[in-house]
Amino acid sequence: MNTPVLELKNVAKTYSVKQGMFGKPKPLKAVNDVSLTLNKGEVLGLVGESGCGKSTLAKILLGLEAPTEGQVLVEGEAIGGQDRLALARRIQPIFQDPYSSLNPRKTIADIVSLPLRVHGIGDANSRAKSVRETLDMVGLPARVLNTYPSQMSGGQRQRVAIARALIMRPEIVICDEPTSALDVSVQSQILNLLNDLREEFGLTYLFISHDLAVVEHLATRVAVMYLGRIVEEANVTDLFEEPRHPYSRALLNSVLTPDPSKGVPDTQLGAAYPNPIAPPSGCHFHPRCPFAQAHCKTCVPTPIPRDSGHVECHLHDPDSPMYSADLTV
Amino acid sequence: MTQETEKPLLSVRGLALDIPLASGMLHAVRGIDFDLHRGETLCIVGESGSGKSLTSLAIMGLLDKNIRRSAERMDFNGIELTKASNRQMRTLRGDRIAMIFQEPMTSLNPAYTIGDQLIEALRLHRKVSHQVARARAIELLEKVGITAAESRLSQYPHQLSGGLRQRVVIAMALMCEPELIIADEPTTALDVTIQAQILSLLVELTREMNVAMILITHDLGVVARVADKVGVMYAGELVETGPASDVFGQPMHPYTRGLLRCIPQPGKTERGKPLGTIPGIVPSLVGEVSGCAFRTRCLHATDTCREAIPERGEAPHEFLCIYPDGALNAEGELA
Ligand SMILES: Nc1ncnc2c1ncn2[C@@H]1O[C@H](COP(=O)(O)OP(=O)(O)OP(=O)(O)O)[C@@H](O)[C@H]1O
Ligand SMILES: Nc1ncnc2c1ncn2[C@@H]1O[C@H](COP(=O)(O)OP(=O)(O)OP(=O)(O)O)[C@@H](O)[C@H]1O
Ligand SMILES: [Mg+2]
Ligand SMILES: [Mg+2]
Repeated sequence: MNTPVLELKNVAKTYSVKQGMFGKPKPLKAVNDVSLTLNKGEVLGLVGESGCGKSTLAKILLGLEAPTEGQVLVEGEAIGGQDRLALARRIQPIFQDPYSSLNPRKTIADIVSLPLRVHGIGDANSRAKSVRETLDMVGLPARVLNTYPSQMSGGQRQRVAIARALIMRPEIVICDEPTSALDVSVQSQILNLLNDLREEFGLTYLFISHDLAVVEHLATRVAVMYLGRIVEEANVTDLFEEPRHPYSRALLNSVLTPDPSKGVPDTQLGAAYPNPIAPPSGCHFHPRCPFAQAHCKTCVPTPIPRDSGHVECHLHDPDSPMYSADLTV
Repeated sequence: MTQETEKPLLSVRGLALDIPLASGMLHAVRGIDFDLHRGETLCIVGESGSGKSLTSLAIMGLLDKNIRRSAERMDFNGIELTKASNRQMRTLRGDRIAMIFQEPMTSLNPAYTIGDQLIEALRLHRKVSHQVARARAIELLEKVGITAAESRLSQYPHQLSGGLRQRVVIAMALMCEPELIIADEPTTALDVTIQAQILSLLVELTREMNVAMILITHDLGVVARVADKVGVMYAGELVETGPASDVFGQPMHPYTRGLLRCIPQPGKTERGKPLGTIPGIVPSLVGEVSGCAFRTRCLHATDTCREAIPERGEAPHEFLCIYPDGALNAEGELA
């Protein structure tokens, strides 16, 4: 087997947060013992509710945050030892907001060529050539070179952000909600572009999104995150056809397909948001889980292998008293 | 179900909004017509900047002073809103017309407890005792699915999650038993699971209390699941309106069809295959605007599209296009 392009081994990130003005700082486990592997050309969709740790995980991969525990390996090499610049050559981000992520005072040419200048790659001529080629890749005409972000539409700005990420010819692109600020008519162009670029250049994506229909469309694997843990992970078909974790089920159940013959689904989830500073005991999800039993309050679930990944739930653990061989519970 | 013969609760004709800008006059909303009956939900969907929020602000009389409003008619249950005084509008708002915005903190004051704000919402418009108002607040908090409602009254907005805050806003909107609720992207900032909970709550409450609702969203999934009627907005016009089943089942305007092709639909679109697109961008509405505003992005556009666009279709399903069938049978659109 090939070495995976990206591997996370027991990665954790704990922030220290103060509650109130005089409170003692308390640990907040934003990412809690996460292990993942990503092979070349895969698109890992990362889903989960607001505050579950998706962006923190993305920042760790980009080297913007150091993990408190564990290791990130890029093609088998631990990135802790590499410097930020070396890492940036291989992993590049595309963020949500094409409005604030581009410097309004710089021209498009400046914005897209910045990574080359930072890394001291090539001379002015070769850099200009590279910028033109990259703009062409993302479907922007050369005439935008001397314009400013404010003169562009949201979709065009997001293309600029993609060009800036791709000019270093990275292997891995971290997309943190790349289309959620865009109109659906523009979103589809960007999604098509990301897909074309992946096929053409063998890129690997980590794709964070709230939109499960988009994730189902683009991802090859899906990881479901809840309070810092990956509670289920599987390839896209297995996860969407047979979600096992009750939280994954609730998420998929709340997807609103544009079908006027259907009403708004009942998610069967309690609305009680957990407090990340004092996470619920046992299985973090138990207070909202429609299947929870006493066992779930006391016992922390461990990853159980499923067809193409894993799930963390007592219902699926053969060693648990709650195990149900009928996996369609 | 509502009867079309019944007099509409809200009837809007020829609503236009013009905004003077340094670069010229922005024709942000250009002649909107619709009727809304009691107990009915109208969802307005469309491109960012197409005038959805302005339309709702125009109904509530909350437009910025620089915005010029004109309308043939804006009749709310016998009151002509275009002629209503500021004082009359203030009395209507929060009492008979309630609003819910995307960001719950738009409607909540961080300095006051949930209880104070709910009670005030009722006592501002009704002569009831504090005791009665408090009981109603508890009843509504329970109704919107907030547990331990009584103890929540003394909490401040910042002590609640975003989803809970939006529930409080909904409870507040219902305090005076309004006849019309206008909700502008009420679930856009929320997680999908919470979104489903809030939407089913709104649907249930509007049905139960026979309240009319205008729900603004850019999410076609929300529209399909919630709307009785759909209005598709593009560049300041309602380009297609009709019952949800008709608009989704037989979309007539090329823009509506384009929108539906852009979104991945599990089971319909093939995973990883290209999605439909609407190339091009929305035209500027500054200065003189004529003809079909969608023509710059439409596959079927001809020179005729520069001229006035006839209204097509039969009520209640109507659309604006030079083609009697919205170019439905024309070649070139992907399946
Ligand atoms: N710099 C920080 N200091 C303290 N806490 C933080 C910091 N950054 C994030 N957190 C906390 O860590 C948790 C995870 O945050 P993160 O931004 O990763 O969530 P997310 O899944 O990306 O959410 P969203 O969907 O809203 O973007 C949250 O509880 C957040 O409040
Ligand atoms: N107070 C104002 N002054 C000047 N222009 C305005 C003002 N309010 C809105 N506009 C402009 O009017 C147009 C319509 O705005 P509106 O907020 O109604 O759009 P929308 O359809 O709600 O969009 P979105 O989906 O982004 O919320 C936009 O071009 C906007 O920039
Ligand atoms: Mg985030
Ligand atoms: Mg708006």
